[in-house]
Amino acid sequence: MNQRRLLSTCAIGCLLLTLRVLAAQGPPGQGGFVAYPQRSVSDPAAVERGKAMFSVNCGFCHGPDARGGDSGGPNLMRSDVVLLDDKGERIGPVVLGGRADKGMPPFMLTAAQIGDIAAFLHSLPVSSRTGERQVDIVVGNADAGRGLFQAKCASCHSATGDLQRVAGRYADPKILQQTWLLPGTGGTRGGGQPRPAPPIGAIVTTANGQKVEGTLNRIDDYMVSVKLADGTYRTFRTDGPNAPKVELRDPLKGHRDLLQAYSDADIHNITAFLVTLK
Amino acid sequence: MKRVLLTAFVAGASAIIAAQGLDPASIARPLGESWPTYSGDYTGRRYSSLTQINQTNVKHMTLAWMRRLANGPGPAGPRPAGAPEIIISGEGDGSVTVAGPTQIKGSILAVGGVLYVTTPDNTWALDANDGHEIWHYFWKTKGGTHIGNRGVGMSGNYLFFVTPDDYIVSLDARTGKERWHREFSPFSQQYFSTMAPIVIGNHVLVGTSNDLDAPGWLESFDPETGKTQWKWYVTPQNEGDPGLETWKNLDASRHGGGHPWVPGSYDPETRLYVFGTGNPTPAYTSQTRGDGDNLFTCALVAINVDTGKMAWYYQTSPHDTHDWDSAQTPILVDTMVEGQRRKLVLTASRNGFYFTVDRMTGQHVVTSKFSETANWATGLNESGQPVRNPAKDYHVGGALVSGANQGATNWPPPAYSPDTGLFYLPASDTYAMYYLTELDPRGAMGLGGKDERNVGTVGSYLMAIDPKTGKIAWKHKYRTVADGRGQGLLTTAGKLLFGGDPDGNFAAYDPANGNPLWHAAIGQVSNAPETYMVDGRQYVLVAAGDTLFAFTVNP
Repeated sequence: MNQRRLLSTCAIGCLLLTLRVLAAQGPPGQGGFVAYPQRSVSDPAAVERGKAMFSVNCGFCHGPDARGGDSGGPNLMRSDVVLLDDKGERIGPVVLGGRADKGMPPFMLTAAQIGDIAAFLHSLPVSSRTGERQVDIVVGNADAGRGLFQAKCASCHSATGDLQRVAGRYADPKILQQTWLLPGTGGTRGGGQPRPAPPIGAIVTTANGQKVEGTLNRIDDYMVSVKLADGTYRTFRTDGPNAPKVELRDPLKGHRDLLQAYSDADIHNITAFLVTLK
Repeated sequence: MKRVLLTAFVAGASAIIAAQGLDPASIARPLGESWPTYSGDYTGRRYSSLTQINQTNVKHMTLAWMRRLANGPGPAGPRPAGAPEIIISGEGDGSVTVAGPTQIKGSILAVGGVLYVTTPDNTWALDANDGHEIWHYFWKTKGGTHIGNRGVGMSGNYLFFVTPDDYIVSLDARTGKERWHREFSPFSQQYFSTMAPIVIGNHVLVGTSNDLDAPGWLESFDPETGKTQWKWYVTPQNEGDPGLETWKNLDASRHGGGHPWVPGSYDPETRLYVFGTGNPTPAYTSQTRGDGDNLFTCALVAINVDTGKMAWYYQTSPHDTHDWDSAQTPILVDTMVEGQRRKLVLTASRNGFYFTVDRMTGQHVVTSKFSETANWATGLNESGQPVRNPAKDYHVGGALVSGANQGATNWPPPAYSPDTGLFYLPASDTYAMYYLTELDPRGAMGLGGKDERNVGTVGSYLMAIDPKTGKIAWKHKYRTVADGRGQGLLTTAGKLLFGGDPDGNFAAYDPANGNPLWHAAIGQVSNAPETYMVDGRQYVLVAAGDTLFAFTVNP
């Protein structure tokens, strides 16, 4: 499925998995992707010296992590001066000359010090996809969620029945939330495996009245393939003159229909309730 | 007509393969026996005048040939006798291996009995009669994003294509020998390149790609020398540039993205190249961009090809916050609207909205919502632009947004038939949860700062839209329960509409109603189908992964 999505997804949207593999000549990326080489650190001592120099001279405006500061210094991690610089030859003139028009004074540093600052800046990983942070996603109201659960979910599910201790089965509330929204989805692209969706029931009635019942293997505009109770498959053409009647029973239909009905607050509240079911 | 006959005669007589040069002026003619540019012709319609394969005989359409291609320099050691030549070049040192599968995800030019096919770092010339390899050019890469290559551009006997590590390369079409290459966007700023160059007279146009916060531009090259003729930046780069007032400050606009990574269309009469621009950056945590519209990202833009100056723009996604670029190839159409002959440009955007715009002025004509589930906009403003609902950007607890990142449609090209007057596109209704993960008020760079979790596809469609009203004329819902979408489209004067479906079928449909007329299960189609004629026979050509399939109706 990932591959299929990759095929139909544009260049800007689908490289989450590869950016973790940022190595100069490291393993090739999955699916034909090759990551951008990060610069190798040849002199760790220079990086440490540069970090210290940066923190006392530059961090006030550009932020201690060089991603921009409160005093208006721009993010240097996306600066073309820094990205195109090798060993301080582009950074140096800016440091020594300042940028009077933008309020940056000149800094009288030696070539060696500028080289150290450049080494520090080049040691910071540059990525268009910053790593996922552990942020608590439980922001809803559990009482409101209990009421919603009774109204929307209780016809199929029970907090004391099938969902008893559900929060214990999903340690990460984000996975719990994604799973109750629509089982079978919710993994990150290239990330962990989601809980598989329950099978869709399929009943195929042929033109001569024969009824074949099982679970759906696959269906497209021309075929339906059904897995029978004994583990065998039967496939039927559905585009001919004697096309069979096909009836599908999707156990997740309720979940799908509700996607268009929830507010985000509803979702947050239901999750806040479900995480109490420990 | 005489010329067409002559071409057919030459192609037929040449049992030996000799690439025929391409007169760029011929690209402006209606699409027929050859396929000389990304969209077939400059209009972007992907409508072929060929009728040998048509609605009456398509049920007899059958495989003429198939050819599997393999990326890379080929096996070590001497080449077997008679094997086609592999030309190896590139600025990489050979240590970066692209080990993924070979994926043909672009347009294939068909000129003078030869097909020109690309994947990232690879270009092939194949015999259009049976797919036999004539030559294979391989580029040793420095790395970068190898997501896809959309094809070559051609002028005379010269080919042009781009590499993922940011070079524009020119080859001699007859031999595959390199003429020149030059870096046109800096690899160290994490640019990458995918676009099929578009040849217009004495100009070769290429747009940039980048996922970091770097400015996007369209650049025109001299086909002889590769020298820059002009460069047009999508976002303001200097004080006083138009559109700067729509950004927080110059630092924001200089890092504002907008990469035009998909080929546009061209109007020879006005000499305007009309294309779509990409999304602004940072893509999600947009606070560093200010509250404005972030011009000229996510817009239709018309550029005079001789001067490189913008004639007009129409922004289809003001201040995008979901990485939904508007780079989709627009379609140029002349038609009657309310009793007036109008020159129009049509586009269906990744954001789920369809637009008809006047291509002389950029004036808005029609907007409609083609993705039923799209929930990120509160409505349309007086200019017909969707109005973003900031609550649907993202949320720490997750915001349920339709569409997911891939959008309601994407780069796979749409088509238009003058016979039906309908605009065709692959579309899907999808949902994802968008979680904000970057709590630092400075936001993130590029695509960072969020965790997008897919919730799934609720409907995948082949769709036809009436450009005069924006209304959906018909919608073929694929019966699939898989999470996919159809691929790019082709339509013909044979009253056929071709495209790959989400379930690995290549199919022909009735363009009047979307009913399937023919199909073959060839595997997941990976590009838009095309058609060409060689030696008096029409072929329909399509790629599925690493394999090309050419179909024909036997006489």
